[in-house]
Amino acid sequence: MGDSGFRLLTLGCGLVVLVVLGLITVSTTREAWPVLRHRTQNFLFTQSWNPQAGRPLFGSLGFVYGTIISSLVAVVFAVPVSVGIALFVTEYAPRWLRRPVVFLVDLLAAVPSVVFGLWGVLTLAPILQHWYDTVAQAAHPIPFVGSVLSASGGGGGSGRSFFTCGLILALMITPIITVITREVFETTPAGQKEAAMALGCTRWEMIRSTVFPHSRHGFTGGVLLGLGRAMGETIAAALVIGSSVQVTKHLFNPGDSMAGVIANQFGEATGDFRAALIGLGVVLFFLTVVVNLIARAIVGDAAEASGTIGR
Amino acid sequence: MTGLSESHPLRRPLSRRRRLAGAISATLVWVAVAVAVIPLLLVMFTVVKKGGSLITPRFLTDDLPIQARSAEGGVGPAVTGTLLITGVASLIAIPIGILAAIYLTEYGGTNRLARVIRFLSDVMAGVPSIVMGLFIFTVWVVRYQERSGLAGSLALACLMLPIVIRSSEAMIRLVPNELREASYALGSRKARTVLTVVLPAALPGVVSGCLLAVARAAGETAPLLFTIGLTYSKNLKLSGENTALSAQIFSNASTSFVAAQQRAWAAALTLIVIVLILSVVARVVAARFTVR
Repeated sequence: MGDSGFRLLTLGCGLVVLVVLGLITVSTTREAWPVLRHRTQNFLFTQSWNPQAGRPLFGSLGFVYGTIISSLVAVVFAVPVSVGIALFVTEYAPRWLRRPVVFLVDLLAAVPSVVFGLWGVLTLAPILQHWYDTVAQAAHPIPFVGSVLSASGGGGGSGRSFFTCGLILALMITPIITVITREVFETTPAGQKEAAMALGCTRWEMIRSTVFPHSRHGFTGGVLLGLGRAMGETIAAALVIGSSVQVTKHLFNPGDSMAGVIANQFGEATGDFRAALIGLGVVLFFLTVVVNLIARAIVGDAAEASGTIGR
Repeated sequence: MTGLSESHPLRRPLSRRRRLAGAISATLVWVAVAVAVIPLLLVMFTVVKKGGSLITPRFLTDDLPIQARSAEGGVGPAVTGTLLITGVASLIAIPIGILAAIYLTEYGGTNRLARVIRFLSDVMAGVPSIVMGLFIFTVWVVRYQERSGLAGSLALACLMLPIVIRSSEAMIRLVPNELREASYALGSRKARTVLTVVLPAALPGVVSGCLLAVARAAGETAPLLFTIGLTYSKNLKLSGENTALSAQIFSNASTSFVAAQQRAWAAALTLIVIVLILSVVARVVAARFTVR
């Protein structure tokens, strides 16, 4: 094969990425256009979703809310755990334990999301429902907290809720946040750490005064990457979030997310209904791309500053 | 200098507050590891316990039962479907991905186009898998009016492509420049150098990255939901509706029939074994052949 021919071949393969991303944007937007154009207001800024009605309503707000709330719950749980694991592996663990822990956490990333969903809906959710009832009773007298943690259906619930979904999502994004956090922790200059120790810091004080300040940027980026993944996660959310669209501050109530409703309802959808679901996909696409772009920008800056991670 | 006096700060033991903070943080990092590892073990344990008893050669090869609540039948079509769809997706995504990575390292370098491609493959890696499914639905299923294994493969290939590109690029980049220069000095052209010197040198890393991408794709459900349709008997062709293990787990998990749920657990165990074999092989390949 000629030299220039091979060059063109590789270039062509590189351009596939551009073409596919362009096609994704154009084709999904075009399919969703009937709904996006005629009902822009309705679609983007209302929360009434009733595709079967005589005058069907396609308000996406309830799903956007569910996606954001469940992802935030996931991040709140995943971040401290990820930081803990990263510290364990880089600072605390005995040497022989480091690789096994890294391996196990990577394994968490290898479990297919549908398996987490299956476990979540059949095993975890029924157990959690008991806890929700107990917590709801205990928290009832406290203003605000009591209503956030109130349990729906007086105990008859299935345990599927924003909160359950957030917990499952937390499991799935923990490996992602851990990997990036670990990498930035490792780039803390040894000199700084030794200096802190020499000044008489305890290990924890050394971490607080050198590792954390050094890693702030890369860590933020890692959290955002995890958030992006949580927002786009489909199958686990479709199984455990409860498929009931509502904007509510009751975290233990069933809800629905963009990815979840697409997975659950697309099969029977036609016409405007299908267009509206594809429209949800478009909204999800742009939201996750924006979150990822911000994350990449931050991680990229951190990588350039320390000159080690990324490219 | 006459030694430290009794009142010197360095002579005092750590204050109780500092010792406590140290002890608490040291405990919490262990707790964090436990919080992540225990659910993993619980999931594995539950899947093995609930799915293990059902796994027999017949279960893995028999056709799906027409009625979800029936305890008869197996998941044969889903096993062949997963292998076929993932295999074809790999045949599409891996060559394109590796060639694109070669462009990025050997030709593009840091020029503007290469930077754009790198950036966009990062963006593409963040696109939710369900959007890939919708995408193939709109450009393929709507146009050809058929759900098929090929459509599913295309959706999975979209998912794999950015992973293959970025991991291969990182590995090819590690090949020392001296190897390339030696090859040029012997009179090889660039294409020959890349194919016979650079790529073989990077191969273990590239293979391991590709295997991880395959493992990821094999476990995916969302891109397949609207693209492959459903079949109750084995379909070894790319055309015509097909099914997959992940899709079967999803649909059976949503039912309330005990038999269907059991089938979901057993299918989950099968899928986990396939995915884990791929991941572990990837790790072994990477560990064994990595030049340090």
